[in-house]
Amino acid sequence: MENNGTTKVNINNLQFYYGDFHALTDISLKFAANQVTALIGPSGCGKSTLLRCINRMNDLIPRTSVQGEIMYAGNNIYHPSVDVVTLRRHIGMVFQKPNPFPKTIYENIAYGLRVNGVKDRTYIGERVERSLRRAALWEEVKDRLNESALGLSGGQQQRLCIARALAVEPDVLLMDEPASALDPIATQKIEELIHELKDSLTIIIVTHNMQQAARVSDVTAFFYLGRLIEDGPTDAIFTRPNLKQTSDYITGRFG
Amino acid sequence: MESTMNNSSAASFGNPLAQPSRDSLEIERRGTRSLRRRRLFQSTMFWLFRGAAFINGLALAIVLYFLLVRGWRAINWTFLTEPPMDSMTRGGILPCIVGTACLGIGAILIALPIGVASAVYLHEYARPGKVIRIIRLGINNLAGVPSVVFGLFGLAFFVVYLKMGVSILAGALTLGAMSLPVIIGSAEEALRAVPDTYREASLGLGATKWQTIRRVVLPAAMPGVLTGAILGLSRAAGETAPIMFTAAVFYTPTLPSSIFDEIMALPYHIYVLATAGTEIEATRHLQYGTALVLIALVLGLNLLAILYRARIQKKF
Repeated sequence: MENNGTTKVNINNLQFYYGDFHALTDISLKFAANQVTALIGPSGCGKSTLLRCINRMNDLIPRTSVQGEIMYAGNNIYHPSVDVVTLRRHIGMVFQKPNPFPKTIYENIAYGLRVNGVKDRTYIGERVERSLRRAALWEEVKDRLNESALGLSGGQQQRLCIARALAVEPDVLLMDEPASALDPIATQKIEELIHELKDSLTIIIVTHNMQQAARVSDVTAFFYLGRLIEDGPTDAIFTRPNLKQTSDYITGRFG
Repeated sequence: MESTMNNSSAASFGNPLAQPSRDSLEIERRGTRSLRRRRLFQSTMFWLFRGAAFINGLALAIVLYFLLVRGWRAINWTFLTEPPMDSMTRGGILPCIVGTACLGIGAILIALPIGVASAVYLHEYARPGKVIRIIRLGINNLAGVPSVVFGLFGLAFFVVYLKMGVSILAGALTLGAMSLPVIIGSAEEALRAVPDTYREASLGLGATKWQTIRRVVLPAAMPGVLTGAILGLSRAAGETAPIMFTAAVFYTPTLPSSIFDEIMALPYHIYVLATAGTEIEATRHLQYGTALVLIALVLGLNLLAILYRARIQKKF
């Protein structure tokens, strides 16, 4: 790893089951601080499942089970003593489809602060502006903060969702194919944003788009059938992968 | 559009230069008659469906027309603002309007919180299992219980056993119990319509499950919940059997002053005038007039539900 930064999230021998189906097998992977890691692989390879393990979003799905550990800030996040609500405030998430709440633009951003008990209106106002600026959306929406977020375009909605996640100042940001529902220009804006955000965040992104993985990520991990096949610096993975399976996928010969 | 397609030559589709293959022409030759028959069949079915849909509107129109023609003369200011007089052959129906309003509001105040809480439990919290199946079975069966049985239950339980007497409270509780399945059903439907992505987004920001339900899910479901509640209310407001043993009386000239008072109510008043009065023929126009007021109330409530829903949907 080029920056050789400190490890932010460390996954050790993770197994994940949907009922009897063994969706993730023996996953061990480290995510370095202030880097963008891309998780790639064909549909059904488990990359989204892995992403959703990191903020325990899979807890919502009945009949799933996890073995192994995911270390974050010195704790195994699956340990009973870990409070999942606190965990999710520190590990934010941006979803595949833009999913703003049916509230005003302002209230969408303020929501995370409010549920975490912040009452000070001036402070909330400052955070709303700052978050929108960080998500490069402020100039476009500053005159319509009290209008419904559902009136924004798809690309704007997705940046709003990023701003909403940033408002609670997460440490790690999980992005599940954040640009797959967007047009090329909106996609480009999201990618630029990812570049800027990694100065202050650790980003883990699932993508189906090889060029996107190559453009935005520092590290790439390739998954197939629930296993981690190969991971390493993105340059290396894309130019001289160790395994034929990886190069076949990256060059589009399968997947 | 339809007529231009009647030309059954393949050359009329797409590129006129393209030579249709022999097989294509063969299919067309064999299929020409059946296409005509298919069209005829399609339009016959279409008209049948259209007819079925029209019958609904027609039924309502006939009921309204009938009531308007026969009841119109009874409606005037006195009718709406005064109690009945002279063995109910003259005067108005104010106590009935007030009584029905009290019962309706009471029923909704009781059934809405319980119904929404049940729906939230069933849809948001409950893990599928035996207990849930039994609860659902109970709710579904409650929906199938005839309204007169609710009336007898109200009499036995609220009026007699809990010593509420024949009162607004007993009637509202009975009507509320009767409306519960409808309200739970529509509230659950509304909760189901809230996309899971809202729940995930909220939980992903560090909200608790309760905060997610309270601040995101319920507000998003509110139009559906309230529409269902108003529809349930309008159903309950028109019921006779549940209130005849629990709340309504034949005649009382005074308006209620507490929830323990007995009252007159529109549906029961119609029933009384039409079957038990001393002057059944002479009060025909009053019966239709009362029915007209009742149906106006019910349709008004439904209209309110529709307008409310439209307003909320426009807002977001």
